[in-house]
Amino acid sequence: MAPTLQLILEAIVSGILTGGVYALMAAGLTLVFGVMDIINVAQGAFVVLGAYLSYSLASTFHIDLFLGLFITIPVMFVLGVVLELALIRPLKRDRTQLSILVTYAIAIILEGVLGIVYSTDNVKLFAWYTTASIPVGSFYLPVIYLMAFGLSVVLLAALYVLLYWTKFGRSVRATTQNRAAALLIGIDVERVAALTFGVGVALTAAGGMAFGATTSFNPGSHYDLISRLLVIIILGGMGSLGGALIASVGMLVIEDITAVVWSPVWASTVFFALLVILLLFRPQGLFGKFATRNQ
Amino acid sequence: MTTAAQPQQASTQRPRAISMRVWQTLFWALCLVAAIVFPLVFSNPSVTTVAFFTLVFAAAGTAWNIFSGYTGYIALGHAAFFGIGCYTLALACKWWHVPGGWEPFAFVPLAGLAAAVFALPVGAIALRTRRHTFVVITIAIFFIFQLLAYNLRGLTNGSAGLELPIPPWSGALFNLPFYYMILAVLLLAVATSWFVRHSKYGLELLAIRDDEDRARGLGVRTTFTKLSAFILSAFFVGMAGSIWAYFLLSIYPPFAFDANFDVLIALMAFLGGLGTISGPLLGALIIIPAQQYLTVTYSQNGLYLIFEGVLFLVVILLLPEGIIPALHTRVIKRLWAAKETPVAPAPPTAPVAATVDGSGSPPPDASISADRERRVVGS
Repeated sequence: MAPTLQLILEAIVSGILTGGVYALMAAGLTLVFGVMDIINVAQGAFVVLGAYLSYSLASTFHIDLFLGLFITIPVMFVLGVVLELALIRPLKRDRTQLSILVTYAIAIILEGVLGIVYSTDNVKLFAWYTTASIPVGSFYLPVIYLMAFGLSVVLLAALYVLLYWTKFGRSVRATTQNRAAALLIGIDVERVAALTFGVGVALTAAGGMAFGATTSFNPGSHYDLISRLLVIIILGGMGSLGGALIASVGMLVIEDITAVVWSPVWASTVFFALLVILLLFRPQGLFGKFATRNQ
Repeated sequence: MTTAAQPQQASTQRPRAISMRVWQTLFWALCLVAAIVFPLVFSNPSVTTVAFFTLVFAAAGTAWNIFSGYTGYIALGHAAFFGIGCYTLALACKWWHVPGGWEPFAFVPLAGLAAAVFALPVGAIALRTRRHTFVVITIAIFFIFQLLAYNLRGLTNGSAGLELPIPPWSGALFNLPFYYMILAVLLLAVATSWFVRHSKYGLELLAIRDDEDRARGLGVRTTFTKLSAFILSAFFVGMAGSIWAYFLLSIYPPFAFDANFDVLIALMAFLGGLGTISGPLLGALIIIPAQQYLTVTYSQNGLYLIFEGVLFLVVILLLPEGIIPALHTRVIKRLWAAKETPVAPAPPTAPVAATVDGSGSPPPDASISADRERRVVGS
């Protein structure tokens, strides 16, 4: 009994730590959804792109993974803004559904390009701290998990500051609450949308680095990522930032516990099955508001 | 703008409608004949293989369109039903020791039924939500099934996959039985799509697409209507999947449950024209040979993905309504221009082009059908 309990405890800790990284990726996704009313299916592909960018910086220029973020985050921000201007904004009609297809197209183009540039073999980010671990109680905790979690906390705090303490953040929240009213009081909604998309993509640079340092990945990894991220934001309630944070930590903990108690192969299935069960009772997700965006 | 044209159109409708109908029937008959003789004329196995894949996707796309095209609910999880069809046939052959040959084809309807049975709870859950949540739920459900195919080792043999019985046909004729079977399924799917489109049931589906709440207010049993269309489309997708599996002779989870399949059939429908009968057919005719060509010529998978993605972007950004409705709008515009002149004969090309759409109408309900058409174009 005792070892099982310890394994469960370990699963909970690692679930919380990885959950933090997923929260970072999901935050971008749900933020973009809230402001623009679109689902960025390419979020998973951006995460993989971010991981590969860090990989290139580390292996070619020998730049530290965390220092490299000062390069990759701005690059991904610009990429996000450009893609929004070029591909999302021209969708005038039926933007909600068409945007899913457009971002899916972006995702498979990225997958194809990455496959040609980096081949489809699995890679993993490497630094001196990715293999180190420290003893916590009776088990060893990989240092990179702690660092990735710390990075997520810092960036999510920065996102909080951006959203709640700045004028831009106020426009973002206003647009989320009511787009028409935001337009009426003089907010440049289109500009807010482009910048928000940029912020959402920029977060994946950090998320990708953390993901790539903890898991091995290949250009096709984005399917797995996006399916989890979508489940997280639905579960948390679409557009709800807090919901996304709670859902990602909750889901990862449940998944890790399932892996320990039952079997690792069923971990993701439980993840999805929980979503289906939840939606039977709360179609709007845990923290979502129902049909408030139907205008 | 075309609303004003309605009365005039009605007065001149009869002769033109009849000629349109004749053209239309002729066009479809020609297509059918071409499809039947195609593998006999181009008997090279590599050509008939591409033709076979094209028909599989045409059938699946048509089936997808019955639900997603008509109701406007974009489902991105139909690969699950395709996979269920694959596995049903493989398991049926395994359990009942079906020998290779014509016999496995007898289980194709069973595969469709299995997909339909799974579609009932899946649809019931997914259709509680709308818009993006629905899209995302269908994706999630697809991943559940893919994981189950990997994990239920006792049933599906996990990632090692399942083998199907090998038919005794010789090399040159090997593709033909598969080709004609999938052609039959395709015809059935197109016929169903046509009947749905021209029935009150189809109007209800379109009403749901246009305004679900209002449709419900007007007495459409929306839940039943949506769910039945979902099941119907899953049925045909499952049948297409089973024939595809038998053709490949072995199936593995990543091929039977392929996330790309979902996007491919959606792309086909969008390219040809969402919610039109011939749209998915045209889309399959363009995309699948191109895809096969690219995969054969450049074995690198990445190039093909880039092609598919770029094509998708081009279609959605430049031609969001699809080829068929775009043609149709042009024809309507031309008819409208022709009506400005005192004599209003139809331009000679108009009926021909309109027949491509496959929803040219019998004279009595011409106005209703024209109205439906416009919604497709303008929605």
